[in-house]
Amino acid sequence: MTDLTSFSAAELAGLVARGESSAVEVTQAHLDRISAVDDRVHAFLHVDTEGALDAAREVDSRRAAGEPLGPLAGVPVAVKDVLTTKGIPTTAGSKILADWRPPYDSTIVRRLRAAGTVMLGKTNMDEFAMGSSTEYSAFGPTHNPWDLSRIPGGSGGGSSAALAAYETPLSIGSDTGGSIRQPGAVTGTVGVKPTYGGTSRYGLIAFSSSLDTPGPCARTVLDAALLHEAIGGHDPLDSTSIPAPVPDVVAAARLGASGDLTGVRLGVVREFAGEGAEPGVLAAFRAAVETLTKLGAEVVEVSCPHFQYALPAYYLIAPSECSSNLARFDGVRFGLRVGDDGTRSLEEVMSATREAGFGPEVKRRVMLGTYALSSGYYDAYYGQAQKVRTLISRDFTTAFDQVDALISPTTPFVAFPVGARTADPYQMYLADLFTIPSNLYGGPGISVPCGLADGLPVGLQVMAPTMADDRMYRVAAALESAVGPFTPPAL
Amino acid sequence: MAAISREEVAHLARLSRLAVTEEELATLAGQLDVILQAVAQVGEVTAADIPPTSHSVPLTNVLRDDVVASCLTPEEALSGAPDAAEQRFRVPRILDEDVAS
Repeated sequence: MTDLTSFSAAELAGLVARGESSAVEVTQAHLDRISAVDDRVHAFLHVDTEGALDAAREVDSRRAAGEPLGPLAGVPVAVKDVLTTKGIPTTAGSKILADWRPPYDSTIVRRLRAAGTVMLGKTNMDEFAMGSSTEYSAFGPTHNPWDLSRIPGGSGGGSSAALAAYETPLSIGSDTGGSIRQPGAVTGTVGVKPTYGGTSRYGLIAFSSSLDTPGPCARTVLDAALLHEAIGGHDPLDSTSIPAPVPDVVAAARLGASGDLTGVRLGVVREFAGEGAEPGVLAAFRAAVETLTKLGAEVVEVSCPHFQYALPAYYLIAPSECSSNLARFDGVRFGLRVGDDGTRSLEEVMSATREAGFGPEVKRRVMLGTYALSSGYYDAYYGQAQKVRTLISRDFTTAFDQVDALISPTTPFVAFPVGARTADPYQMYLADLFTIPSNLYGGPGISVPCGLADGLPVGLQVMAPTMADDRMYRVAAALESAVGPFTPPAL
Repeated sequence: MAAISREEVAHLARLSRLAVTEEELATLAGQLDVILQAVAQVGEVTAADIPPTSHSVPLTNVLRDDVVASCLTPEEALSGAPDAAEQRFRVPRILDEDVAS
């Protein structure tokens, strides 16, 4: 029998539904794969073997009882460690939460359980989702299955590496500036940032609340759509959740898979298609644009003049929000407490706790945000960045008057060697150059594998208007049907 | 010219409640200087008449019906606390802090 870990989520759900394989067999195959390779990949921070097998047994007994099963019942999923899981460790990649077991499930995890998916465990990430390589995890880096000496992207490097290593067919990430799409691109997998407000932030440990968006990761566009449908939609527990149905992303992925893009107008973002990206990335992107044209799409060039200011605006807005959000880690209600020996004041204990519990990137961003929000600098930094955010959103709406969706490379460079960019934080920030505009605007973006450069995966990004997530699924599925598959070397 | 001095970085660390070491301070001062000079590019944009965007979803004051719903028990709410007593989070003394120090 073919190894169960090689199937897509849609195929696995079919095998379980038809009784050709049990959910327990599917789950055990993935747990075995994790045992065999994760000491080298380190995609997981926690594997919930017993919980996964219990969930799988429940799916099998429901099927035996003739109960209806959802389209992903019995399919394993891995969850980025930034989403709370009741009674199961949730660290956000930080020492400050190393021993924390949340008393509640995030909405995303609750919906995953309701859909009958089987949660395998929690995946590695840059601390509090701040980073582009997973090297800022307090628990050691994740390695890219394409080349174990290279980074898997970040912050959700664990979720994407787990897919590329066939440890899971589905995973969940969170995207604040590209933390789903950039790891997807550099691991040759699919990563989706839904429309902001289209997926619930309840139980998502906050980094930058106006930007944070949980979303699906998978090896195929259809699998990402099925997962998106399962986790998306209005949540009364999130006051920024959009009270509207999830766009029909599954139908769009199926439509796109036919390989016909006749009548679709795509805009290449001029500012992202020239300098600023590696030659190999640009070559793969240009070849993909030709493919999209052959599939029937009309491709034009579109200018988004303020996108060049997206990175600086983001590195003011996100740190500002993070400096406020991370104030909750004060050693009082959860997590680490250091120095409480009866002689130190509350403030001294807080400062000692945060100094011991936070890593270097988190400290940089908290201080940067504190600076940008301080009186005297607020107008020039945070206030100005918010105005630039308006102009970037206007660039999007102007562009979407001319085209249905925008395309660009997902990231300027392929997976770089571990350690190559940690000495210069700003060099790390450049990894998100092309993904950040969608976060500032709030619209959806997807990264789909489009080619290889020097044997390493390159992703194409499709960006769509808010609540038009279906458009980008159609384009991505069409491209997927015409290129690839891109399979990493055997581990 | 540096965008930020070592003294300012030390002040930021205090405001941020981070008891950083002298060695960290030196590293952070250099790194924050590079980052601040880069993000200052936002100042190149003419935006005097542009309204700021704080959020991409145009929703305000989302309310729900005032009905009792389930919530965490005191034991659950305190389950992650570093220290708890009498159904409360226990913290170091905050009154008489000046006297104590």
